[in-house]
Amino acid sequence: MPKWADVVLIPLISLMLAAILSALVILAIGENPVEAVKLMVSGALGSTYGWGYTLYYATNFMFTGLAVAVAFHARLFNIGGEGQAMLGGLGVAMVCLYVDWPHWSVALLAACAASMLFGALWAAIPAYLQAKRGSHIVITTIMFNFIAAAFLNYMLVNVMRPQGSQDPATARFPESVHLPTFQSMFSTAENTVFRGAPVNITFFIALLACVVVWALIWRTRLGYEIRAYGHSETGAVYAGISPVRITIVAMLISGALAGLMAINNVMGEAERLVLNSTEGAGFIGIAVALMGRSHPFGVLLAALLFGFLYQGGAELALWASIPRELIVVIQALVILFTGALDNMVRMPLEKLFLGMRKRAE
Amino acid sequence: MTLMKSLMGAAAAVALTAGAAFAEPALIFDLGGKFDKSFNEAAYNGAQRWANETGGKYREIEIQSEAQREQALRRFAESGANPIITMGFGMADPLSAVAGDYPETKFVAVDVNWLDIPNIRQIGFAEHEGSYLVGMMAAMASKSGTVGFIGGMDIPLIRHFGCGYAQGAKAVNPDINVVANMTGTTPAAWNDPVKGSELTKAQISQGADVIYAAAGGTGVGVLQTAADEGILSIGVDSNQNHLHPGKVLTSMLKRVDVAVYDAMKAGDAVETGVFTMGLAEEGVGVAMDDNNKELVSVRMNDAVEEARKAIINGDITVVSYYENDSCPALQF
Repeated sequence: MPKWADVVLIPLISLMLAAILSALVILAIGENPVEAVKLMVSGALGSTYGWGYTLYYATNFMFTGLAVAVAFHARLFNIGGEGQAMLGGLGVAMVCLYVDWPHWSVALLAACAASMLFGALWAAIPAYLQAKRGSHIVITTIMFNFIAAAFLNYMLVNVMRPQGSQDPATARFPESVHLPTFQSMFSTAENTVFRGAPVNITFFIALLACVVVWALIWRTRLGYEIRAYGHSETGAVYAGISPVRITIVAMLISGALAGLMAINNVMGEAERLVLNSTEGAGFIGIAVALMGRSHPFGVLLAALLFGFLYQGGAELALWASIPRELIVVIQALVILFTGALDNMVRMPLEKLFLGMRKRAE
Repeated sequence: MTLMKSLMGAAAAVALTAGAAFAEPALIFDLGGKFDKSFNEAAYNGAQRWANETGGKYREIEIQSEAQREQALRRFAESGANPIITMGFGMADPLSAVAGDYPETKFVAVDVNWLDIPNIRQIGFAEHEGSYLVGMMAAMASKSGTVGFIGGMDIPLIRHFGCGYAQGAKAVNPDINVVANMTGTTPAAWNDPVKGSELTKAQISQGADVIYAAAGGTGVGVLQTAADEGILSIGVDSNQNHLHPGKVLTSMLKRVDVAVYDAMKAGDAVETGVFTMGLAEEGVGVAMDDNNKELVSVRMNDAVEEARKAIINGDITVVSYYENDSCPALQF
């Protein structure tokens, strides 16, 4: 099968199938699917406001998607992005609250470092257990999500909550660490764009992260080792690559990327740490990485798609009488078709291309 | 149906000719969703009651993410919805960011009472007072001298419930043993009846024979297991006595439905300011009906009534957990 079919055609057909099924579901509850699509498209892409939310969600998903993708290259299934991003948020909150920063740019650098450190630390323990003890990374990372939730709850309810506040959240971060939003960056005096939207400078950091991950995986020795280990452990060992080292290093990078998400949602959007700050982005990252074929550019596109689904879904919930469960169904159908049912589209297509090639010969 | 339609059509025509002065109210549900059998559903019931009585329509959204809180507020405000009713303390921070930008719009915030913004009607409930009364009833109904409390997610609000409950129980019997558990630390704790059931069994094995559930959908499992095991339970938010007649001692009512109904009825003329709905305002209370008549003795009823009056006129002070983030009667 030609490469373009693998990276373009299969995801497109999968998406079409998901869209058709979603349309049937919308029809079944007595709503108009064409109207629904119009609402979603105009709500998510029809204005700078819509783009502002779409890109905000996409930024989250890019980080967690990259996190899952890096681990994938080493054949490690990191489903602990959720917990790692939570801990990253804790790091960001500590940096922003407990240190007096002169300017947001310095704070941003420190917050990046802290979020990466906390995320990586949270991934380090499952990585160590996998590398040294053989405890399966899927089990340990998902368990660490719950531990992270409990830990964050403890910190917010008992330690970081301002005295007397009823909301289990930290205080608001000081003005000096507020990140510039697209609204403040791109608005002119007469024309306000991205009004009220949470997208902020972190988006560019996410783009940068895509480039860095691409360079790391395909242009460095470490990336080569990670891929070699992922393709064949015995082959990698034969070539003198240490499985323990690669497992731990890949997971540390993965955890750091997931943790980095916190500068977008905690520092950029909420400007304080709330209990529910990650909202499943760690899990969406798995779908994003699957759909993006673990390639940073694919992750970028898939993240944009899921950003669109999130923001379009919100507009749908606001203006149509479509219950939110159904919006989750639509999102789930996309994940199902692009991730889990990949072979359903791939196998007939492979046969088709094989047949075409034979005939050409 | 056709009659209804033409009536509604006429109403719409009247509204249109009135010069678009008529604004639809909007309701923003918290993350639990509108069918959570508890807090949000109470708001939904209040809104539906208003819609049925007046034939009016309202906009609604069940938010799915934190970022949508501010988004929903702005979108509704820009579309002219008035008043905009929000559920839960999580809306306090977005409201303080948004409300100032729309001075013409009235906001109604349920479970928020500490903001200083002129165009918000803030409604706080004195849950500790209602919980105090059900705590008294639990202690009087208990034969073992141990009563239980099962909370949903471990957040200050739920500790606030538990704290009032323990104070009430200890007021009746200073030696009573109050066992308290929280279901979890994630929002899933609001909707985990299986875990609620397990916690109930665990508390029964510690001797509890009356258990108060302040746990949203999780409480359904608590009440079920308590009924199965032959002990008494106490419901929360809505009147849940009917779920297991004769097995639910009472329910701690939190009249979110009334708060939402009143706000919608007042429309864009709703009065703003900070309102606390306590026992005096009948914002909280205990549910007495045919289903629990046989469980509540005259002595119990009198004691509760007396305490209710004493709290209202200030003879009894129920300490709020929020005052210094700790509870005099219970350790969490």
